[in-house]
Amino acid sequence: MRLDYPSNVKIIKLPCTGKVDVIHILKAFESGIDGVYVAGCLEGECHFLIGNLRARKRVEYVKGLLGSIGINPERVEMYNLSAAMGTRFAEIAYEMTEKIKKLGPSPIKTKKGKEYPIKE
Amino acid sequence: MIIAERKPIEEIIDMIKDYKKIILAGCKGCVAVCAAGGEKEVGILASALRMAFQKDGKEIEIKEVTLERQCDPEYLEQIRGIVDDYEAILSIACGAGIQFMAEKYTKTPVYPGVNTKFIGVTEAQGVWSERCQSCGNCILHLTGGICPITRCSKSLLNGPCGGSTNGKCEVDPSIECAWQLIIDRLKELGTFEKVYMNIIPLKDWSTSRDGGPRRIEREDLKL
Amino acid sequence: MKTNSRLEKILEKGEFAVTSECGPPRGADPDVIRKKGELLKGVVDAVNVTDNQTSVVRMSSWASCLILKDMGFDPIVQMVCRDRNRIAIQSDILGAAALGINNILCLSGDHQKFGDHPSAKNVFDMDSIQLIWTVKKMRDEGLFISGEEIKGRPNLFIGAAANPFADPFDIRALRLAKKVAAGVEFIQTQCIYNLERFEKWMEMVKDMGLHEKVHILAGVTPFKSIGMAKYMKNFVPGMDVPDALIDRLKGVPKEKRANEGIKIAIETIQRLKEIKGIHGVHIMAIEWEEKVPEIVEAAGLLPRPEV
Repeated sequence: MRLDYPSNVKIIKLPCTGKVDVIHILKAFESGIDGVYVAGCLEGECHFLIGNLRARKRVEYVKGLLGSIGINPERVEMYNLSAAMGTRFAEIAYEMTEKIKKLGPSPIKTKKGKEYPIKE
Repeated sequence: MIIAERKPIEEIIDMIKDYKKIILAGCKGCVAVCAAGGEKEVGILASALRMAFQKDGKEIEIKEVTLERQCDPEYLEQIRGIVDDYEAILSIACGAGIQFMAEKYTKTPVYPGVNTKFIGVTEAQGVWSERCQSCGNCILHLTGGICPITRCSKSLLNGPCGGSTNGKCEVDPSIECAWQLIIDRLKELGTFEKVYMNIIPLKDWSTSRDGGPRRIEREDLKL
Repeated sequence: MKTNSRLEKILEKGEFAVTSECGPPRGADPDVIRKKGELLKGVVDAVNVTDNQTSVVRMSSWASCLILKDMGFDPIVQMVCRDRNRIAIQSDILGAAALGINNILCLSGDHQKFGDHPSAKNVFDMDSIQLIWTVKKMRDEGLFISGEEIKGRPNLFIGAAANPFADPFDIRALRLAKKVAAGVEFIQTQCIYNLERFEKWMEMVKDMGLHEKVHILAGVTPFKSIGMAKYMKNFVPGMDVPDALIDRLKGVPKEKRANEGIKIAIETIQRLKEIKGIHGVHIMAIEWEEKVPEIVEAAGLLPRPEV
């Protein structure tokens, strides 16, 4: 569709988001990545039946883990869309990029201490 | 198997916050099956701990090691070569393994990264529940294969109590009333009439942990 | 006659017994018990004192019983298995008997999670049926659980609780049979609101001939308010409160509801008196002991007989 999406989004292709494991997301953050999102098929339409549901649960688990070590859980997200939804794909890329920009660089990189829970 | 659960990360961080080099030791036994301390969990915990330290500008080196088991002396030997290079061991084996690790490497502080919970079974993927209290004198033949010591909240031997409602325990609606289960099972086995009216006498708790820490020695197996 | 218990005398004579309950204070002030006792004078044959009921710490049952005994009552000490091992249980049985307490009610005990100390270690060295067996062994055989001789047997009239409203319904009479086999002599039931279900339970009990082997005292508790009725319906395990009763309370203006609750209690007792096998009533007016004399009188149970 030749739509634009931000150049800071790096795509890692998988046969199914069910292949994403907790450690993969953690390793990404450990290496200094500012945000991770997992884009899987619409619920009920997973080619491998429930791979995307498992991915969602793992994303939730990582959110909890990040929160407990002082990293904002919003840095990781799960999205659902079909392969045909080009516009939505670009939309998500912009949405996530905006959010991460607001949150700023990851504390793993800046070493400025915990960013979560958010102080009142 | 023994079911354990990782301690809250905040608690673990507090234990090891002053160290710069630690071994994180997992176990391929029970804790791997209940996803608390196996190789996978070692990787996840190590990554999370490194990030927790890094964000504060602190460095920590975590050596990831997963032993076959931590409850046998031969397997614990596997880290003898490296143990002196590290300041502490964070073990995510069960309580028995953690203690055995500490007994073997007495000059290195050993920290528990899990809470050991119970002897239990895998009811379904991700769901584990308690079945045995290791009372030392099994009476499963009297109760249709269901343990009242473990599964009844009050360990009644002549239950149920007056709080059993709709097959659930008064303590928590997610707990099934053990005596409802026993009665149903005895009926299914056709032995209800014969068995239920027998009064089970007082239990000898001296075979249980109440009698003191236990030990078994087999002369025929000792070298 | 096995003991000096007034309750036993009343029941053996074939009189319809009346018992009630005192909840001890959450403190060391004996006057709290004395005041409650004053409200029940001349109105009951025996009075229970609960034992850390719902696992909330209160003055101990035997101590409160002693205070009531000094006022001329025939107290029933309640003993739960939650907090004591067999050593303490046998010891407390001897102690209660030594103080002249003539009746004991043997209970398993509510789980400690319901109370104010949920992190306590629970004991449950034995269950209520084994406790009944223990008291009987100590009294009739003069032996401790260990089989050794007791010098000075505890002469206690042995009671237990029965809950016709707990599940599984079909074994509730069997469980009573087990308690009878263990040696229980009187039963106090959980408070009754669903008379139909209670009558069904009594049928099962009579089919097994149990009504002739043990004295059954039916439990009655008056509703103070709709809130209380709803709470008991929804949050107390093993309790059956029919909607019809709640509707009946709703149908009456707020100021009259307590009175309606008393009326329901009186009607319940009158129906219970008619049931064969019911040898008495156990009135549990929780924190409402002042209403007991009114209920007993209106139910036609005064004056209490001389024994």
